[in-house]
Amino acid sequence: MTTRPRLREKAQVLDDAALDRALTRIAHEILERNGGAKDLAFVGLRTRGVTLAHRLAAKIAAIDGAHLPVGTLDITLYRDDLDMRGAPVVRGTDIPFSIKNKAVVLVDDVLFTGRTIRAALDALIDLGRPLMIQLAILIDRGHRELPIRPDYVGKNLPTSRRESVAVRLREHDGEDRVVIEEPEEA
Amino acid sequence: MGWTRKDLLSIRELDAAEIVLLVETAASLQEIAGREIKKVPALRGKTIVNLFYENSTRTRTSFEIAGKWLSADVVNFSAGGSSAAKGESFIDTARNIAAMSPDVVVVRHASAGAAEILARTLPCSIVNAGDGAHEHPTQALLDLLTIKEHKGHFEGLSVAIVGDITHSRVARSNIHGMRKLGMTVTVAGPPTLIPPFVQELGVKVAYRLEDAIRDVDVIMMLRLQQERMSSGLIPSLREYSRYWGLTLDKLRAEARPDVLIMHPGPVNRGVELSPEVADGPYSVILDQVAKGVAVRMGVLLLLAGARGEAA
Repeated sequence: MTTRPRLREKAQVLDDAALDRALTRIAHEILERNGGAKDLAFVGLRTRGVTLAHRLAAKIAAIDGAHLPVGTLDITLYRDDLDMRGAPVVRGTDIPFSIKNKAVVLVDDVLFTGRTIRAALDALIDLGRPLMIQLAILIDRGHRELPIRPDYVGKNLPTSRRESVAVRLREHDGEDRVVIEEPEEA
Repeated sequence: MGWTRKDLLSIRELDAAEIVLLVETAASLQEIAGREIKKVPALRGKTIVNLFYENSTRTRTSFEIAGKWLSADVVNFSAGGSSAAKGESFIDTARNIAAMSPDVVVVRHASAGAAEILARTLPCSIVNAGDGAHEHPTQALLDLLTIKEHKGHFEGLSVAIVGDITHSRVARSNIHGMRKLGMTVTVAGPPTLIPPFVQELGVKVAYRLEDAIRDVDVIMMLRLQQERMSSGLIPSLREYSRYWGLTLDKLRAEARPDVLIMHPGPVNRGVELSPEVADGPYSVILDQVAKGVAVRMGVLLLLAGARGEAA
């Protein structure tokens, strides 16, 4: 494994209240765009996409009363860079409902090159034929390498490639916050 | 903790963290067996050669299915219909196969150490699918996965391995794995089938089935190879099954109600296992076979999925 340079925090992008407002807005947009919650389902990408998917489902339950299913997708087996990353770590896909004829909202924390989403689309389609797939992203940081665009965005954040975006969530990191980080030896 | 080895030759060479990584990777791949389309692209473009010098249905089929579900190209080479029958040596055959640039060679051979020789000779990854009476690591891994899923953990569990311990690579791989994971192992069988100094592997020995199976969490019955009789190690099949066959009566009298009954297959019904036990509620024998595919997917993925700076 290549050793990664240590990162230091450069700026805060979202605090807990702003992160929550972004998710509330996305939940409303999902309902508006799909004319309600009928035949909707969430699939989150491991790890933080799953957490965000559960939060969006909870928001929709609070707004609309509908309890939407939430699945977990692990895209390791579909990566196009499997060869370049050392031994793969597979943590498993768990989608306990049929996605056939459902409008599936794919959820991830950060959208960057688009390669993860490309892999997720392939993985999802191997599991069945959804009616449609939409993409919800908390932070879109640009630098796309594939023709992929999100349907719902929490925040557009222009970044440079050497920076990285860290989405910290209560369930994993003890706080709700999004920050930009940069290598220490700048 | 990542996987850094080129080959999987034995359980003995692995540390506990590597065993757990293999078991957990396999566990997360099990879901593929339940899909409508049982295929993921992870090993697209990789070539796996099954090089089998001994008969095997379960293991070879299981590796073949595992490779195909991961989208690798799987080629079977069995000694019967091959150049080995024309007198080509093992190493020459292996070099010829290596010249066709496979990514993984899965080898089964009657001689202990065959897989290791290949690993030293060939640049590709080697998986030991059973070498003589030495080891059968993927069998131990699938046994461990089965135990984990039924018991929830490893540490502190007790296991009885019953039968022909001397000639069993399954026993040897399992003993190493179970000891590393903190399990207690008792081996049991007729004294002629218990290797001398087996205690040095950290196991207890019992010479009565009843003593071995009392209060254990798992009973692993081994297949009695019929040729052990002709070589004089046991007097008769009937005597063996009387003293060492696991029947419902013995189970009810001695074993815990939640005991798991395992067997690496193929089962000699009525010899080491009575049919009521083999098909009974404690038996997880077919579950072991299902887990075998997941384990082999995990092994192939970890070996062939990374060709980077991992090591």
